[in-house]
Amino acid sequence: MGAINFGYTVSAARAIDLDRNDLGPARQIAAEMPEFAACIACGGCTATCTAGALTNFNFRMVQTLVRRGEYAGAWREMNKCMLCGKCRLVCPRGINTRGVVRLIKRKLGDY
Amino acid sequence: MKRSSWKEYQKEIADDRYYYARSCIRQNFFPGSETTFLRIMREALGKDIFDDPRHTSCTGIGYHSDIVPLDTTMAVVARQFALATEAGYENIAVSCITSFGLYTEILETWHEFPETEARARENLFKATGREFVIPKNIAHTSDLVFHNREKIEELAVRRLVDARTGEPLRIVEHIGCHYAKIFPKSGIGGSEFPYVLAGMVEQWGGSVVDYPERRHCCGFGFRNYLVQANRGFSIANSRKKLESMAPYKPDMIVANCPGCAMFLDKWQYALAEMENSTYGADGRGIPVLTYEEMAGLVLGYDPWEMGMQMHQVDVEPVLERLGVKYDPAAKFLGRAGKYIGAPGEAAVNSFSGDRIYRIRQ
Repeated sequence: MGAINFGYTVSAARAIDLDRNDLGPARQIAAEMPEFAACIACGGCTATCTAGALTNFNFRMVQTLVRRGEYAGAWREMNKCMLCGKCRLVCPRGINTRGVVRLIKRKLGDY
Repeated sequence: MKRSSWKEYQKEIADDRYYYARSCIRQNFFPGSETTFLRIMREALGKDIFDDPRHTSCTGIGYHSDIVPLDTTMAVVARQFALATEAGYENIAVSCITSFGLYTEILETWHEFPETEARARENLFKATGREFVIPKNIAHTSDLVFHNREKIEELAVRRLVDARTGEPLRIVEHIGCHYAKIFPKSGIGGSEFPYVLAGMVEQWGGSVVDYPERRHCCGFGFRNYLVQANRGFSIANSRKKLESMAPYKPDMIVANCPGCAMFLDKWQYALAEMENSTYGADGRGIPVLTYEEMAGLVLGYDPWEMGMQMHQVDVEPVLERLGVKYDPAAKFLGRAGKYIGAPGEAAVNSFSGDRIYRIRQ
């Protein structure tokens, strides 16, 4: 197997397949912090994010991907957060966003 | 037109007297299929079909790859029509789905924008001195086999059933995108309920497999495989289909498009070599047949005469299920008994105990 160099590999699909994704860690995060599921994806957190102003960090995108079981890169992304807490001040659903960041980092360190 | 009424939609298919337009890909990769089509039409059905050595490529591959300009393509297609006109034929039978889609597209363009037809006529006349009459009927060759499926059944020596159990063969039918996805009215059943291959399978006793990615593209595309670095996208599409159909354990795939038959066949080889993935229930690849080969087997033609040794995935499992008597030693002998060479061993055709049917998780 793999003896032939074809000059290309099979492209990974960009589709998110909820049936195949391991939703266990996402469910654990939601169990420990139920408000995680209350997000309406308004983007207020991302708009006010200090780290987002300096880097391409996008908290809304990462937490949406985590809810769908797409964990690749989530831990590294969350390390861009400076834990300033501005996002928590603007969240219309009152979500403890700093807490979510810390929880994602704790749960998804292995991904 | 209501969506559901497409299920009943039948296109007009002329009964006889066709000018035959061959396919570039099929002449290289499935050369026996076109010969088989002519044999079925002429010998079995007694139809008049003219195989003209003067006609050329339709330029479809170059056109869809943005290499050949539309005006050039129109002039080349106009020349094919001129050849048919000169030969006295009003109906065209097109072997290739890309060509069929292109001819349909050009006729629609000429209908909507008459100045483009005038320009094509002028270019053709300046270049070759030829003139043409627009064909009365353009059909894909699978349309013609579908049209004659009942007569073929009357002449059949076997049905698409397992010779040992009498159970219908489970057959995946794959329709080329350019058959009816561009212009639904150009295909039997339109783009959503294409019945051209399913109709043949059902008529001849097989069972059609309905699976989630049934209408997904095979990945052929044009630019997707012409550039080597892009082929990962092409093969990913085929893999998506193969993964989707594998749980239904199909006995074979039948396709009506040159590119689909080629890629669904050859990508199985590449996937087996790259990832050790095979998709047939017996641990090997799933054989991919053209509809002419399927019709030929029903009519009792010899598989090696139909060129079935040219397939990447071995077809013997299907032949054995159907109870076809074939000579294994003659597989790689040409018409004059001359050895044509055998391919090396391939993972897709070698069953071993540790290579089992698996679906990627």
